[in-house]
Amino acid sequence: MTALSLEKINKSFGDVHVLKDINLTVEPGEFVVFVGPSGCGKSTLLRTIAGLEDASSGTIRIGGKEVTQTPPAKRGIAMVFQSYALYPHLDVTGNMTLGLKQAGETKAVIDERIGVAAKMLSLEAYLKRRPAELSGGQRQRVAIGRAIVRKPELFLFDEPLSNLDAALRMATRVEIARLHRELGASMIYVTHDQTEAMTLADRIVVLRDGRIEQVGSPMELYNDPDNQFVAGFLGAPSMNFLPSEAGGTLGIRPEHLTISATGTLPGTVTHVERLGGDTNLLVETAQGILTVRLFGQHPEKVGDKVVLGYDPGHVYRFDKDGKRLR
Amino acid sequence: MHKARHSPLNSIAAHGALILWTVIALFPVVVILINSFKTRQAIFREPLALPTGESFSMIGYQTVMKQGDFFLYFQNSMIVTVVSLFLILLFGAMAAFALSEYRFKGNTLMGLYLALGIMIPIRIGTVAILQMMVATGLVNTLTALILVYTAQGLPLAVFILSEFMRQVSDDLKNAGRIDGMSEYAIFFKLVLPLVRPAMATVAVFNMIPIWNDLWFPLILAPSEATKTLTLGSQVFIGQFVTDWNAVLSALSLAILPVLVLYVIFSRQLIRGITSGAVK
Repeated sequence: MTALSLEKINKSFGDVHVLKDINLTVEPGEFVVFVGPSGCGKSTLLRTIAGLEDASSGTIRIGGKEVTQTPPAKRGIAMVFQSYALYPHLDVTGNMTLGLKQAGETKAVIDERIGVAAKMLSLEAYLKRRPAELSGGQRQRVAIGRAIVRKPELFLFDEPLSNLDAALRMATRVEIARLHRELGASMIYVTHDQTEAMTLADRIVVLRDGRIEQVGSPMELYNDPDNQFVAGFLGAPSMNFLPSEAGGTLGIRPEHLTISATGTLPGTVTHVERLGGDTNLLVETAQGILTVRLFGQHPEKVGDKVVLGYDPGHVYRFDKDGKRLR
Repeated sequence: MHKARHSPLNSIAAHGALILWTVIALFPVVVILINSFKTRQAIFREPLALPTGESFSMIGYQTVMKQGDFFLYFQNSMIVTVVSLFLILLFGAMAAFALSEYRFKGNTLMGLYLALGIMIPIRIGTVAILQMMVATGLVNTLTALILVYTAQGLPLAVFILSEFMRQVSDDLKNAGRIDGMSEYAIFFKLVLPLVRPAMATVAVFNMIPIWNDLWFPLILAPSEATKTLTLGSQVFIGQFVTDWNAVLSALSLAILPVLVLYVIFSRQLIRGITSGAVK
């Protein structure tokens, strides 16, 4: 039984075709991340799965049951929003239990679930506080707790870390990964941040202009992209693209470029980023500006003449339309 | 808090302007209040003087209490104002929610149609309204006044409230939907508390004109049993003789309930639990 299956999902707002023939299955316990640039339809797809938007056509199944026409509350899902969306007039307990109360659960069940969730998220000390009295990270944990107590078939996360600062984002990312292991639940996570996608996902779904470009594990997508878009979207710094003699494009990851006397790409260093562990060079060559990622610390500075080389085995070839040539 | 950035001169100027404005705004009210406690001669001799032992008189209030059924007028005004406000807020908020929340054909057109009422004074339709009230047998009832005032208040209410409701986070409403709240529950439990300051603003805007209105009570409900306070006070203003003591006393008394309502609403304006709802 699959946790989620989407068949030929289409969605239009008036004349604008936002989702085009989306087919996807999510296995039980899988962590799937939707990633793509803004406007690619990833949030709309998530909201369609949640039932907050109606699909124009297609079939949605959650836990084997068709839910295409089912209201959100009855789909067996729970959602965590980017803006947390906590009820401002309710305390933490009230926020977490509202859904259960609406579903008519007994007090014993509610108390037990909230105890478990509060412990899991270290929220025990804050149960009587209002959202206004909590920090950003605590609010996010309450929002996650509100999802956990519902014991859904499927968790939906809509860019949950976007409002947190960098340090907290890292910590919460680890927290979400831990929750996924502990709960063993199926999760769908939307983000535009490829680091979040790479670090959290069992499988990544890359979307562009309402279409699925490629689905696969993070390393499959990184090592074996189907097209130029996926190749350029995943990886930081992103892949270098050079025109090839055949009229298509060559792609080389920054870590696969090296400084070598036997290289074929002479150029001038225009910018240096020293990160301690890595050194990134921007090098202006006849083929355009290329990013080079060197491990460790290197002495190159702006204005230096360097020659870049690469291993032909690490070059990706794309045709004129951006399709991968294998 | 921001002392470093504000020079005391600025502060003095700002307070000066505010005090001046307060004095101008309160002047007529104060004149009414002090003169309502003076004898008739004293009112005309020195209108701006405070009542002294010699000029002090409660004659105006005594006349008001004796003449006519003043408490009934009071009650009528109160019923009409409170019920109208309740209906304006309820229906205005509901229409605003529908306009701001749901995509449907003719949404913009409907919004414009509802806003049109702001630009067209309802009094233009007085004759037609009177004919309608005669036809439905509502002349000389408080219902007639309540209906008219509700219609008069709705356009602005819908306009203001729909602007505010657009600002309520979609995520919050969606979170409610996922938690299984009905659209009514989302409206009453999530959205209304968040736009409470806007509701108070609308209430204050509508309250004063309704309370003070003379036109519609005079035309639609002039009977003794349905007279409002403003209409009731008119008995003291004659074509040849006006009982100024009584008029001023009646006006002074009429201020009180509005003041109480205003205090209630302005507390709502200030109190906001909205902070921290999102982000």
